[in-house]
Amino acid sequence: MIRSKRDFWAGLIYIFFGAAALVVARDYDMGTALKMGPAYFPTILGALLLLVGAIAVVRSFIVSGLPVGAFAVRHLALIVASVLLFGYILRGAGVAVAVPVLVISSGFASRRFRWVPTIFLAAGLALFCVLIFLKGLGVPLPVVGPWFGD
Amino acid sequence: MELLDNLSLGLQTALTWSNLLYCLVGVFLGTLIGVLPGLGPTATIAMLLPVTFVLPPVSALIMLAGIYYGSQYGGSTTSILVNLPGEAASVVTTLDGYQMAKQGRAGVALATSALGSFFAGTVATFIIAAFGPPLAAVALEFGPADYFSLMVLGLVASVVLAQGSLLHAIGMVLLGLLLGLIGTDVTSGVQRFTFDVPELADGIGFVTVAMGMFGLGEIIRNLETETERSVAVAQVTSLMPTREDFKRMIAPILRGTLIGSALGILPGSGSILGSFAAYSIEKKVSKNGPRFGTGMIEGVAAPESANNAGAQTSFIPMLTLGIPSNPVMALMVGAMIIQGIQPGPSVITEQPALFWGIIVSMWIGNLFLVILNLPMIGLWVRMIMVPYHFLYPAILVFCGIGVFSLNNSQFDIYIMALFGLAGYVFSKLGCESAPMLLAFILGPLMEEYLRRAMLLSRGNPLVFVQRPISVTLLAIAVLAMLAVLLPSFKRTREEAFGE
Repeated sequence: MIRSKRDFWAGLIYIFFGAAALVVARDYDMGTALKMGPAYFPTILGALLLLVGAIAVVRSFIVSGLPVGAFAVRHLALIVASVLLFGYILRGAGVAVAVPVLVISSGFASRRFRWVPTIFLAAGLALFCVLIFLKGLGVPLPVVGPWFGD
Repeated sequence: MELLDNLSLGLQTALTWSNLLYCLVGVFLGTLIGVLPGLGPTATIAMLLPVTFVLPPVSALIMLAGIYYGSQYGGSTTSILVNLPGEAASVVTTLDGYQMAKQGRAGVALATSALGSFFAGTVATFIIAAFGPPLAAVALEFGPADYFSLMVLGLVASVVLAQGSLLHAIGMVLLGLLLGLIGTDVTSGVQRFTFDVPELADGIGFVTVAMGMFGLGEIIRNLETETERSVAVAQVTSLMPTREDFKRMIAPILRGTLIGSALGILPGSGSILGSFAAYSIEKKVSKNGPRFGTGMIEGVAAPESANNAGAQTSFIPMLTLGIPSNPVMALMVGAMIIQGIQPGPSVITEQPALFWGIIVSMWIGNLFLVILNLPMIGLWVRMIMVPYHFLYPAILVFCGIGVFSLNNSQFDIYIMALFGLAGYVFSKLGCESAPMLLAFILGPLMEEYLRRAMLLSRGNPLVFVQRPISVTLLAIAVLAMLAVLLPSFKRTREEAFGE
């Protein structure tokens, strides 16, 4: 019976990344202690991480700890997806489109979302970004991207 | 007096109109960030980093430094007036600060915080000026083995000083070190852990990771607990402390400054630990200790002095050794490298105007902050009332465009989103992000020094215990680890974070 869910899951994450580091590093040259190859340091780290993960998992069956708590799946998904979408359309759609899309789609994550103020905020931020980042700092992005004609 | 010569060189650098302006802009932005709840200094500096690329190096660093210590001032305003910490180091200030505000003494609490911070900032500035150069002189004697051991000590300290489980802090450090190795291996030219993704050839950018974990991750956490909070901001009437108040704040300010300065130098949590420790120590030694939490001025003076002192002394390892002690300093290192300055002990001798200019500007910035924070309190009160659901979409936009502008890469935005997810998951599991970020930036450096040390010693690992500097640093690291396992230290550690 798992007595500390936090230890258990974090331990699994460590084991996964530790093992992945060991497996992937096998493709690289190990070298010697005198002349370390690219695999040397990652292999040490991966092994240590594996060990820490194993301790955490074993401990999770012995020592009880705090529960993990519910994940705010809706908030998490909305924020991460909005940012991914923003990255995807940024170049093609341009700042004047991508910024409002990000503001409105991420805005849904708040329980206090209302259309009218959010649209004002989106327009204001789009204008601000065009002026500061594009005109002021010269970030190479279009105001309106090639997807909507030049 | 050499110190006076150096300080006058610093004055010449810091007192140009443009540098004064950037200092003012920095502390203004810092206060703004500190005041707004749910926007920490790490995420903000990451966001504003691209803006500073167009500035000369000295101005850029003066402004970034201003943002950092400015945020410590601003954070206290929110703590006192609305009982919400503006940033992590101000958490304990809510305990007595808000109680004072409820008793109609908000102004006095704000004044105490500003005066304490100013005094602490002044002392910390002198500490950097006095201890920086000798430390850098020692560091010039460091060989690769010594540097490696120093970084081990740094990481051990960040583990020891981390909140929560020791085991998870170690796990996060190892994970961070591994993540730092993604990209091209400098020595052999081999692509490591890139999975044939061309965008990963240069590794993952530190700013991208910091914005993801501290910017996005924080937003998701805040939204989770978003409540229909009506922002009831306490009225600010008289700012002037009474003679009795002054008498009561002197000793706590002195103690807070001392504790904060000492803990700020240590790697890990920067100013956060200092404010917690100062509060719990003050609670023990003060004759009003038992009444802490009911609006005692000592409970505001001590942590506020400590967090500002710590914010400033945390510059010492970065400026003298080139080794960042917390994520904010890691960003400063990043900013220096982009500006073409290799951080390390040689900066003081090769770029004296830069080094002393930053130090003097810190004192000037502290002066600005007193002016910004007391007479302009009305402006900050209005800022506090900006609702979070307007704030976070704006933060997302700035993070998004900011990250893109680093490399003109959409891929970096995806990576940032991924680390936002990771930051949230890790916080749910009780794993702290700060040690991971520290390890992330130290990873490639550690490998480099390990390789060089082993090459010089002809593959003999005993080199780390044969060199006096190295063995001393490692011994301290081992002692620190052992100390954590002692039951009495364990209790103190829990207490320091448990308030």
